[in-house]
Amino acid sequence: MKKVAIIGAGPAGIEAASVLARNGIEVTLFEKSETPLKNIQDKAFLFPNFQAAQEIADDLSGKLLADGITTVFGVEITDLKWQGTEWKLIDSKEQTYVADAVLVATGYQVFDAHRKEELGYGIYKGVITSLDMEQMIKHGKILNANGDEPKRVTFLQCVGSRDEKSGNHYCSKICCVTAVKQAIEVRKQLPKCEASVFYMDLRMWGQGFEEMYRTAQEKYGVSFVRGRISEAAATFDGRVQLKSEDTLMGLPLKMTTDLLVLMVGMEASCGTKTLGQACGISGDYGFIKTVAPHLYDNDTGKPGLFAAGTCKRPMSIWDSVNDARAAAIAIKDYVDSLPQ
Amino acid sequence: MNRFWNEYQKAIADDHYFYERSCIRQTFFPGSETAFLRMLREELNKDIFDDFRQHTCTGIGYHTDVVPLETTMTVVARLFSLMTEHGYENYVPSCVTSFGVFTEMCHMWQEHPELLEKTRENLYKACKREFNIPKNIAHPSDVIYHFRNELAQKMKYRLVNRFTGRPLKVVEHIGCHYAKIFPDKGVGKAEFPYVLAGMIEAWGGEVVDYPERRHCCGFGFRQYLVQENRGYSVSNTKKKLESMEPYEPDFIVSNCPGCSMFLDRWQYTIAEMEHKTYDREGYGIPVLTYEEMAGLLLGYDPWELGLQIHQVQAERLLDKIGIPYDPKAKYRAADGKILRAPEKPENLLV
Repeated sequence: MKKVAIIGAGPAGIEAASVLARNGIEVTLFEKSETPLKNIQDKAFLFPNFQAAQEIADDLSGKLLADGITTVFGVEITDLKWQGTEWKLIDSKEQTYVADAVLVATGYQVFDAHRKEELGYGIYKGVITSLDMEQMIKHGKILNANGDEPKRVTFLQCVGSRDEKSGNHYCSKICCVTAVKQAIEVRKQLPKCEASVFYMDLRMWGQGFEEMYRTAQEKYGVSFVRGRISEAAATFDGRVQLKSEDTLMGLPLKMTTDLLVLMVGMEASCGTKTLGQACGISGDYGFIKTVAPHLYDNDTGKPGLFAAGTCKRPMSIWDSVNDARAAAIAIKDYVDSLPQ
Repeated sequence: MNRFWNEYQKAIADDHYFYERSCIRQTFFPGSETAFLRMLREELNKDIFDDFRQHTCTGIGYHTDVVPLETTMTVVARLFSLMTEHGYENYVPSCVTSFGVFTEMCHMWQEHPELLEKTRENLYKACKREFNIPKNIAHPSDVIYHFRNELAQKMKYRLVNRFTGRPLKVVEHIGCHYAKIFPDKGVGKAEFPYVLAGMIEAWGGEVVDYPERRHCCGFGFRQYLVQENRGYSVSNTKKKLESMEPYEPDFIVSNCPGCSMFLDRWQYTIAEMEHKTYDREGYGIPVLTYEEMAGLLLGYDPWELGLQIHQVQAERLLDKIGIPYDPKAKYRAADGKILRAPEKPENLLV
């Protein structure tokens, strides 16, 4: 029986493991955390249908119970070596494992908002990230720095993406719609609270996104301002002062808000960067490089080494899951082609 | 103070400095440079050389496009040649704009070696001199920051209100040319520089973080140097003063000659224009240089430090800290003569 190792137990890793196991392939799923699906567990509701993230996590976790999947959690694979006929996986404690094929599904990490010093994250309590807001929404406690219900919440797009200063020129793809989703959630939970979104342009690329954006304005009264925030500072009463420009009006803008939510972009995770460099498959910005985007987007160009999900580029959960299914088919084709 | 403010530390030489004086500081704050040299030599036992042949760095001319880049490079090279001649490698320019100019020229020479060669040629043609690029360029505020704990051991006073026992609330203002041109050349970098905040904390005070903390002081070179723009200059200073007012700061400290000047003098102008001051009693908010702040705490005479030259007078601050002073000696010249006291403004109490 052919063996496949999958590194990373996020949506892509689990979905690929499930597809491969159902096709009679023995799969070992490695995850450096003690539990899978950490990035989903951090979320409350998912766009565009506001389905509870926990439902998706539960559904995916259930797939791990299938026959043929062995999970190895709490182990970080730090190196991969091609042995001529199989891959040797080496973990951080120098233990080794072998597999006929490997799928890298090491995912993303969010941009560290501390790097955008001018926005005051980690300095002013009223400045939070989209992850922090997701937790507040999840627990039904959207509170300002003083522990009170905010009167105004402001979202800022493109923090750490499409940003030359931080070195990330690419679009993180999911932040626009996430801000719309979170702004709607704020208005649902706190109907008296104003919600504004500062944006460069809104990229509503997915099915239902444009409708959500329209609903945010028409039904929930979310205001959208085209402009980036140049500076955040605390005010005497513990609020946050923002400086920006409304580029549609052509006017400089200074306002105060109770919460400034930084929509942090996706970056290649540390694990993605480590393995990418170790195997020579590291591409732009540390994401995994594949052979060709149109027809060979799961192939790394190395025999039996594949990649899926957000280790390649920012993508949504559903894109990751679909990509994982495609990777699983490519892996099955590969192992089937190996001599018995 | 938030840990991010002091997260970035730059390299600052420990000893053997070549000092370069500022064109304008000796007029605006006549005791500051002398106090700095005294602190280095007498309090810290450091070697610092003060060459009488030094001259402008062209900073104001450079930033107002009056002096061409090639000239600035050659003038900077001559200053470096004085340092080289005396065997020093650590350059300490008094003015924050000079600091920015030197850092920028060195950066350009590093990126474009052909400019360095051209500058060497120009300098040699002009005055037969040669120069080395300094190993370390630090602003004097960097040096004081570097030794802030050693100085604290020698200080007679702390930044504490002796009547209440509470830390004095200090607004710190960093000159744009300190870290906004090259963030890695400033302690704490550009957004949250720690160079003055570190001194304030080490000496017992509390830093005021107010909304317009990073806003321009109002000088902005052209905002003031072009006379027609001066309303713009005052407006910017006013914006800062309005923003800090609710925090009731005890004083402002800056590491830039322009910032210290305009935050101080425009308080008089605004008081005349609008009958408005930014403290409760109508005396204004005193503005100190970091050398004056350090010198006062070390027990240097306030009038030798030149505090009487400021627009907003410092006696009330001295009283809060408990620093003694002789009111009769306030306008005594070096030869012992008592000079005529300046005219009192109508709207800013002194």
